[in-house]
Amino acid sequence: MSLWEYANPKKFTETVTPLIPWVLGLAAICLVASLIWGVFFTPEDYRQGATVKIIYLHVPSALMAINAWFMMLVASLIWLVRRHHVSALAAKAAAPVGMVMVLIAIATGAIWGKPMWGTYWAWDPRLTSFLILFLFYLGYMALWAAVDDADTAADLTSVLCIVGSVFAVLSRYAVLFWNQGLHQGASLSLDAEEHVADVFYYPLLVSIAGFVLLFLGLVLLRTRSEIALRRAAALDRRAEARAAATTGEPA
Amino acid sequence: MTGPVLRVAGLCVARGGRRLVEGVSFDLAPGHALILRGPNGIGKTTLLRTLAGLQPPEAGEITGAEEAAYASHADGVKAALTVTENLAFWAELYGRELDSAVLTTFDLAGLAERPAGTLSSGQRRRLGLARMAAIGRRLLLLDEPTVSLDAASVARFGHWLAEAHLGGGGMAVIATHIDLGLEAPALDLSAFRASAEAAPAGGDEAFL
Amino acid sequence: MRALLLRDLRLAVRAGGGFGLGLAFFLIVVVLVPFGLGPDRALLSSIAPGMLWVAALLAALLTLDRLFALDHEDGALPLLATAPLPLEGLVAAKAAAHWLTTGLPLTLAAPLLGPLLALPPGAWPWLLASLAIGTPALSLIGTFGAALTIGIRRGGLLLSLIVLPLYVPTLIFGAEMARRGAAGLPIGAALPMLAALTLGCLALLPFAAAAALRVNLR
Repeated sequence: MSLWEYANPKKFTETVTPLIPWVLGLAAICLVASLIWGVFFTPEDYRQGATVKIIYLHVPSALMAINAWFMMLVASLIWLVRRHHVSALAAKAAAPVGMVMVLIAIATGAIWGKPMWGTYWAWDPRLTSFLILFLFYLGYMALWAAVDDADTAADLTSVLCIVGSVFAVLSRYAVLFWNQGLHQGASLSLDAEEHVADVFYYPLLVSIAGFVLLFLGLVLLRTRSEIALRRAAALDRRAEARAAATTGEPA
Repeated sequence: MTGPVLRVAGLCVARGGRRLVEGVSFDLAPGHALILRGPNGIGKTTLLRTLAGLQPPEAGEITGAEEAAYASHADGVKAALTVTENLAFWAELYGRELDSAVLTTFDLAGLAERPAGTLSSGQRRRLGLARMAAIGRRLLLLDEPTVSLDAASVARFGHWLAEAHLGGGGMAVIATHIDLGLEAPALDLSAFRASAEAAPAGGDEAFL
Repeated sequence: MRALLLRDLRLAVRAGGGFGLGLAFFLIVVVLVPFGLGPDRALLSSIAPGMLWVAALLAALLTLDRLFALDHEDGALPLLATAPLPLEGLVAAKAAAHWLTTGLPLTLAAPLLGPLLALPPGAWPWLLASLAIGTPALSLIGTFGAALTIGIRRGGLLLSLIVLPLYVPTLIFGAEMARRGAAGLPIGAALPMLAALTLGCLALLPFAAAAALRVNLR
């Protein structure tokens, strides 16, 4: 029994349908627990005060924004190499979720940035990279929406995802280079993950687990819907072909 | 000019996620032509595109179609270039010199320096067909070559096809409803229409 | 490949549109900038290299949707695809034709437009060099985007949406090189990075674009 068996759409749907409520339920528990723990039961930061607590939304969403793109890259490669439809549809399903994660990360970052840096937006390398990532998500989703034939769309978006990944990494380094050219170092940037104390760290881990589960649950849910849509279209086409065969008209 | 036989075995082609024809098999020896017939939408164009290598077959095998040249409904004529420039481009792309006899054969000599944009549709079609002579490939895949041609031009084209191309050991698969004056067997694709119960095309199969 | 390149160049010059349009657009953007920012020479001079780069990038973008669309409309594309020229070669020829009709004229015109934005004369060679090295990457990336969006009705906007984020690294390195040159600073890593980017695009993107083309012709 191989893992690829789950690449069959029917088998995939049968397997994940009972799992989805559990995954989403667990995600809700993790998120609620980490937020209550983080907001009410951790001390205020000596420098940042209560504003530090937005970290429980900001860091996990930023993490998932990047991981979602990475997942799409892997799914696209699997589609191009092994032609499993579930893989292509999972990449399609993940894109809007990833884009929302980028938006959450940017929005919470702006809210956090105002009290800390005195501005909602700065052309800091990390912020800029996220803005570029947002544009990549937009282009990817627009291409999916624009192409009519499902397999053609899957092929084209996969190629775009691979080329886009290379350019996303390039942009990241280019932006670092560009900003150092303007300011002296990244003094404005907050390396939150690297400098958080243990009191903040454990609830943060729970919150990250919550976001991972939320992402997983949403992607499974959306992939299942995409499979159902493809199946409906395929059934339509077969019905049309049968109707044409009985009347003798060419399809 | 002799070469490999075009051999098609058990070919199935699909368009728009639907299988059109299946089990198409034929052999075509050098010096011979095959006429494809069948009602609109049966899959003549798709079959020719598959033979040309533009799309993969759903099933079946094609051998001996390496040196093929494809002519679609559209002529691919550039309006801003003259008739000669259009032909010279295609000839050069296929690594050949443009033989000016081609212009005479297709009655284009008087139009040689006219920009292709000023041609009538029948004249443009003649230019599209002259392209096939200019590039000199062994296997011609022609999709409705006689659309908008007058009777004299059809006869002229049929004559070129029979004498120069097939006579020189070339091959041709032609989708047409018109008698080109060729001695060629006809293959009616309606006999190969894919049954509704056949496995659905491409991606659909996985979802049913 | 040579035949295709010559044909595309001839078409670009004859049809009139493709060749002059990008240059005219470049000129207009550069003229509009001072209207938006005011005629202060110090301000204009400080933004001139970056502004000229952004304007050149937008002008290069403008002519991309004609790249395959014209051949797609008149049915020449499947005929080209069945020719003995590999699709990668077709893509490379198309990108080269686009650069020769857009990138190269823009590069040569940029120093001429420099005075409008009070570009210091010492910056001219750097601007010229950065555009000469960077614009081939713009043409190659644009060809890839155009290959992705061939069959799409009104694909122009989608093409911009896909291509512009891919232009970010080229713009950053190119404008940085021109800016440092203009300010008399050492050029540093910008020049080798820009050159590496263009060479990388040249080596890899024709394959990606040919793959997209193959899918779209199916």
